[in-house]
Amino acid sequence: MRIKEKVLNWSLFCLMVIVAFIMLVPFFWMFSTSLKSLGEVFEYPPKWIPSQPRWENYARVWSVVPFGRYLLNSVIVSGSITLLHLLVASLSAFAFARLNFPGRDKLFLLYLATLMVPGQVTMIPNFILIKLLRLTDTYTGLILPNVFTAFGVFLLRQFFMTIPKDYEDAARIDGASRFYIYSRIILPLSVPALSTLAVFTFVFQWNNLLWPLVVVSKDSMKTITIGLASFQGMYGTTWNLLMAAAVMGILPSIVAFLIGQRFLIKGITLTGLKA
Amino acid sequence: MTLRRKETLAAWLFLLPGFVGFTIFVFGAVVFSSVLSFFEWDMLTKPTFVGLRNFTKLFLADKTFHLVFRNTLWFVLGTVPTRVLLGLIFALILVRNVPGRTFFRAAIFLPVIIPTVAAAMVWRWIFNADFGLLNDFLYQIGVSNLPRWLSDPKWALVAIVILSVWKDVGFSTVMFMAGLQSIPTTVYEAAKLDGANAWKTFVHITLPLLSPTTFFVIVINVISSFQVFDQAYVLTGGGPGNATNTIVYYIYNNAFQWFRMGYAAAIAWVLFGIIFIATFVQFKYQRKWVYYE
Repeated sequence: MRIKEKVLNWSLFCLMVIVAFIMLVPFFWMFSTSLKSLGEVFEYPPKWIPSQPRWENYARVWSVVPFGRYLLNSVIVSGSITLLHLLVASLSAFAFARLNFPGRDKLFLLYLATLMVPGQVTMIPNFILIKLLRLTDTYTGLILPNVFTAFGVFLLRQFFMTIPKDYEDAARIDGASRFYIYSRIILPLSVPALSTLAVFTFVFQWNNLLWPLVVVSKDSMKTITIGLASFQGMYGTTWNLLMAAAVMGILPSIVAFLIGQRFLIKGITLTGLKA
Repeated sequence: MTLRRKETLAAWLFLLPGFVGFTIFVFGAVVFSSVLSFFEWDMLTKPTFVGLRNFTKLFLADKTFHLVFRNTLWFVLGTVPTRVLLGLIFALILVRNVPGRTFFRAAIFLPVIIPTVAAAMVWRWIFNADFGLLNDFLYQIGVSNLPRWLSDPKWALVAIVILSVWKDVGFSTVMFMAGLQSIPTTVYEAAKLDGANAWKTFVHITLPLLSPTTFFVIVINVISSFQVFDQAYVLTGGGPGNATNTIVYYIYNNAFQWFRMGYAAAIAWVLFGIIFIATFVQFKYQRKWVYYE
């Protein structure tokens, strides 16, 4: 029996090696192409490893487009959305989870209902609004409409509900204010949920293509996703430069993944709460 | 002030920042967008009220919309079952004591987190008909009639499906792994004592106990697949012709390339309707197969 299981596990291992190969080959191919000369790119049969790595491809990408600026913009935009969303969502979630007021559950249901509305419905009015306020090509225009989603409110409310009431009762007897309870008791106890939400929001916004595409036309305001897309538009088949750009575009995500893997996977599983 | 009124006031102070934003960017936008769908507006001249004309045109006359709807539907039918099935198989393997499982899980999950734009850029290169890795592989194993992936209307949508399955199968895998791990081991021990073999255990215990997760994975996959845009935008630009044009892409073109704001809003509402019906139907039929304790 034990031997049978071992044989099974090792044959499954072989299967997974093939699967992992398929999953990782595009990454390898991206990296390998990014270090080739253009002549080598079109060589047949395809070469897995470039004869001489040309790191200058990366320098060329940096010199023809403001790549650093794109990255900086993405950091500013995704970072601000994440911080603001965490703040706004945790304040709202605290009211929904820990306070009593007339119409609370109805209002919460209304928030929840917005989760069903696809982003494309609100995107058009939000674009019109941003345009009327002359906020296209600004950080405010990129950030503000993305801060308000019911997802974080829902996630944090569910988490806050699990914190026993006794914790705050003791503080309240000592005369602590509600804001004190929120900031000094509930938030510190919710670090796992908050970090999950943070990683999740950040990655999601970092990868956002449609909204920046709609509100940005100036090159200096482009985020990494539309920067990559427009770079592809300019260098259609210069594959080595395109792949160098793509490598730089995914590098921050991979670093974030290695650091935050635990939170990310937990975050994705936590969305299961919605069912 | 009474204690109750004080608490209500405090609650509204907590809610205020979020509520203001929600009123403008969510509730307000939803209302505005539904009003907009009854107008014709190019953002330059005054909007004209057209009643239901946007919708009648959409349903009865607009051949392009019918095409993008069909494309999107084929995309959903191509990606969702594949992602769910592969995700389930990978998860079943990875919850076992397979050597290197942490590495395999990371490898399968890695594409999920990278920007779709970057993923589509590599796959555009891999799908390249003359120098691409995929056709080279197909040639090596003896396929003589190599598909011209991105320039052949028959294959372009298949290419987008392949990219999308590769990109997001890790999401389903991770969800299924969590679902499988939440099934108590005592259930399996009981089954073993009753002499159930592996297949019987899988069909009569694992699948029913996993069904809430399966249901959720399918619902989420259907919703997100109906909203496909990034892949088509980068990989094919909706082409060749309109072969990979999707509903969201069509909304984008109408609103932000052709400035038909009212028409675009109408399409967005129809998309919402489609997603709503698809989700509603699944919830309605879940009783037939989803097992809740």
